[in-house]
Amino acid sequence: MDAADLPGASVVTTQTLSSRIEDLLAAVVDPEIPVLTIGDLGVLRGVTVAGDGAVAVTITPTYSGCPALGVIEEDIVSVLKAAGYDRVAVNTVFSPPWTTDWMTDDARHRLHEYGIAPPGPAGTDAEPVVCPRCSATETTVVSPFGSTACKALMVCSQCREPFDHFKAI
Amino acid sequence: MTITATAAPLLKYLVRLADDNVVLGQRLSEYIASAPELEEDLAVANIGLDHIGVAQHLYSYAAEVEGEGRTEDDFAFWRTEREFTNVLLVEQPHEGFGELIARQFLFDAYQLELWEALSLSSDERLAGIAAKALKEARYHLRHTASWVVRLGDGTDESHRRMQDAVGAMWRFTGELFEADDLDRQMAAEGVGVDPTTLREAWTATVDEVLAEATLHRPDDPYQASGGRSGMHSEHLGHLLAEMQWMQRTYPGLQW
Repeated sequence: MDAADLPGASVVTTQTLSSRIEDLLAAVVDPEIPVLTIGDLGVLRGVTVAGDGAVAVTITPTYSGCPALGVIEEDIVSVLKAAGYDRVAVNTVFSPPWTTDWMTDDARHRLHEYGIAPPGPAGTDAEPVVCPRCSATETTVVSPFGSTACKALMVCSQCREPFDHFKAI
Repeated sequence: MTITATAAPLLKYLVRLADDNVVLGQRLSEYIASAPELEEDLAVANIGLDHIGVAQHLYSYAAEVEGEGRTEDDFAFWRTEREFTNVLLVEQPHEGFGELIARQFLFDAYQLELWEALSLSSDERLAGIAAKALKEARYHLRHTASWVVRLGDGTDESHRRMQDAVGAMWRFTGELFEADDLDRQMAAEGVGVDPTTLREAWTATVDEVLAEATLHRPDDPYQASGGRSGMHSEHLGHLLAEMQWMQRTYPGLQW
């Protein structure tokens, strides 16, 4: 199938076709933190459509051993298949290395609402972590390693509730 | 499967880097549910997962360099003990939490320098994997160094046991900084790093943490070596038997 035969291709160039596919991929969520999409996280690095209609999606892992990456790959392929794109290749790149600084402000806000304290700027420990339940800033780390590679376990000194903190890297 | 002696140097180099990580990841996984507290179970599992992830990406690249259609699993599960080229430190068993922390701390401090150097590799793919692993190594080191201090500068009992643990692992640290022909060739090509150049920074990190932990640096003159050429301690075979039995019993089994 040629790019010209792909869904929506009759009225758009391959470049806008890529952004249309990126919109579709905005529906792919992180299986471990379903409130965030791969676009929110910065895991989705780019989409290209070749002249022959083959779609190449580029992603980057959050952590080297992130077990969600395989599921994300499968989800990308199935979302695009459902929309009529049959030839999809998912490539993984490591450079530049993923950083939480790529996370959008909107995503940080939704993370907080979801009950996970969002990351501060990478490379700094200075900013206090705000409790996502009572918004107090008196919080302490219980364990630097939490339920997934990207989170630390914390506790609030005000409301005494434990919570996850998305680590800044 | 075997990697022939005439295989591309890059292939062999990637495999040795991966072997360190897969073996250490397997060692850490043994400790899950045995740590002194739940938080440490999570920490050990997380650190192990990072190492296994790094190994997976390196083996995967190695398989592409080899170009014979093999996968990362073939490298991990279908090579024998003598074909593994990891350093001896990572295969050492741990008797208790102190030894696990000592082994991990000494290795984290080494990997911090290693990944920092390799993140500047002329091989872009390796540089990318290293830059990612560097962030993780920093985080691991912060954690293990804090435990060395907490236990070393703790009670008389924890101090004694932490000192013994560092002593037990010390004889395997010299090998980390030995360079062989492959290291020198990779360094000369700008792809790899000569491990002898990493020792100074490693020693500074280790000395600083040991001093804060009120521990002394062991002066064990005996240093074991041989892992890079496949000559291992008696422990690796047992570790591989545990790690590989599923694939060897049910070849091609998929999750």
